This record gives sequence, structure tokens and C-alpha cells, in this order.
Amino acid sequence: MDPVAFKFLGAGLACIGMGLAAMGVGNIFGNFLSGALRNPSAADSQFARAFIGAALAEGLGIFCLVVALVLLFT
Amino acid sequence: MASPIEQFQIKPIIPAINFTNSSLFMVGAVALIVGGFMLATRKRALVPGRGQSTAEILHDFVAGTLTDAAGKEGMRFFPLVFSLFMFVFTANMLGMIPGFFTVTSHIIVTFALAILVIGTVVAYGLVKHGTHFFGLFVPSGVPSWLLPFIVVIEVISFLSRPVSLSLRLFANMLAGHIALKVFGGFVVALLGAGGALTILAPLPLIMAVALMALEFLVAALQAYVFTVLTCIYLNDALHPGH
Repeated sequence: MDPVAFKFLGAGLACIGMGLAAMGVGNIFGNFLSGALRNPSAADSQFARAFIGAALAEGLGIFCLVVALVLLFT
Repeated sequence: MASPIEQFQIKPIIPAINFTNSSLFMVGAVALIVGGFMLATRKRALVPGRGQSTAEILHDFVAGTLTDAAGKEGMRFFPLVFSLFMFVFTANMLGMIPGFFTVTSHIIVTFALAILVIGTVVAYGLVKHGTHFFGLFVPSGVPSWLLPFIVVIEVISFLSRPVSLSLRLFANMLAGHIALKVFGGFVVALLGAGGALTILAPLPLIMAVALMALEFLVAALQAYVFTVLTCIYLNDALHPGH
């Protein structure tokens, strides 16, 4: 097989990591929401913390995007 | 048809001094912020008007985020954090106007901002706490046989901070704008195809409108996330050691 084809395959495989990061972000917000519905009065104070967790989880998915972009465009 | 990444092309406007469309929108964003705040705070009324209320809400919002994350001493970094928030927010929002250039969709811009933050953290931490600043990498209450590994992991996670801070903002703006352009391209392609396909053309248009709303959310959210993470990193410089 052509070596360039493997590059594209690798870029596609790197995108799996983005899906996994999506699961992580969904997990954070799902748990935040279920906690917030149990105790709505405490929800506001933990809102920023939920976003920090989501941002950190999302950052790892973005590393996968960068791997894919590097494979595609170099 | 134009390629979806053509919108990120940097074009020189005044080649003699390397003034590009990116510089133009950076200057535009700063002018908008400075002009807006000067106009809003000109009267300084006890009962604020519409403009002054907006300025006060923005100020209190960023001040609240900063004191939540870094405590009262964090307020000495307020000018830095507020400038960063306003610049990123305004640049993101300016980029949402069709045809406008998005400054934050270039990694060099976001990386410069992230390096500024991490540089401030390292410089302030070393000046204020000296070698005690390195206590940041040694969490307390870890079994001694685990400590070498934890220190290595902490150092790596600290070094990846400027990378992840800049990549997050850059990749979100880049991916969002490419997605908008791709759906816009679908509309043109379906209209050009003619026949029965022309009837389908409104479908990607509806999707593009929905994506536009999502992108406004992302633009505001990423500015907020950038600010919150800046506050957390500054907290490490103010209070090192776990």
C-alpha cells in the first residue's frame, strides 16, 4: 500500500480519540446535571468547576485533532 | 468553489511594515474594547446607565472568577486577566461576523497569549517564593516510592499547559469556522447541481444557522475557559505547594 495511504489511515485513527474525549465531556456534564438536579442550591457554585473539568477533558481530544492535522498536512 | 480553509489566509495590507489583515483585526478588537469602555465609563453615574452597567457586569464577572480561583491576592493580576478575557472574547465575537477574520484561529496568536500567562506564572512564582515554587511539583501525602513518578508526571503536565491552553482556543475556533464554511459550501453545491437537488438546498442552510448559534456559544465559552484556566494557573504562582 502507498505510504501516503497510511498517513490518511493514521489521521482517521487519531479521530477515534476525539470521540473518546466527547464521552469524557458528556460524562462530566451528565454527572453535573444529575448532581445539580438533586441539590439545585449547590449547583451555581460548582458551575465553574464543571467547565474546568470539561475544558481539561476536551484538551486531550484536541491533541488528537492536532495529531490528525499534522499527519494530513505535513 | 473556495476551500474551507481559505478564510484563514493572512493577506498583507501594508507590506512595508508587515501590517496584515490579522493585525488589522487585532487593532480593531483593542480599539473596540478601549473605545467601548471609555464611552461606557465616561459619565461615572451613581445609578449606572445601559453602557455603564455592561462595563460593570463584565468587571464583576471577571473579578468574581479571579477571586474564586486565586483568592483576594489574585486581584493584583486583575488587569492582565481582564485584558486577556476582553481581547479573546472580542476577537472571537468579531470573527463570528461573516467575512471577518478570526484572530484567535491562528495558533501563533493563542500560543503567544498562553506563553504570556505561563511566563507570568513562572516569573512571579520564582520571584515571590524562590525555590519554594518548585514545591508545586511535589504533592504532599504521596508514598515515597511513588514520589519520583508523580514529580515527573507533574512536570510534564506543567510543561503541557501552554500547549493545551493555546491549542484549545485555536482548535475550537478553527474547527467551528471550517464546519460553518463546509455547510455553506453544501448550499452552493446543491444549488449548482440543479434539478431535484435544488429543493434540498435549504437543509444545509438550516444546519448552518444552527451551527452559527452553537459557534456563538463556543466563542463566549472558550473566552471564559481561557480566563478560568489563567486564574487557576495564577493561583499556582500565588500559592505553590499542595
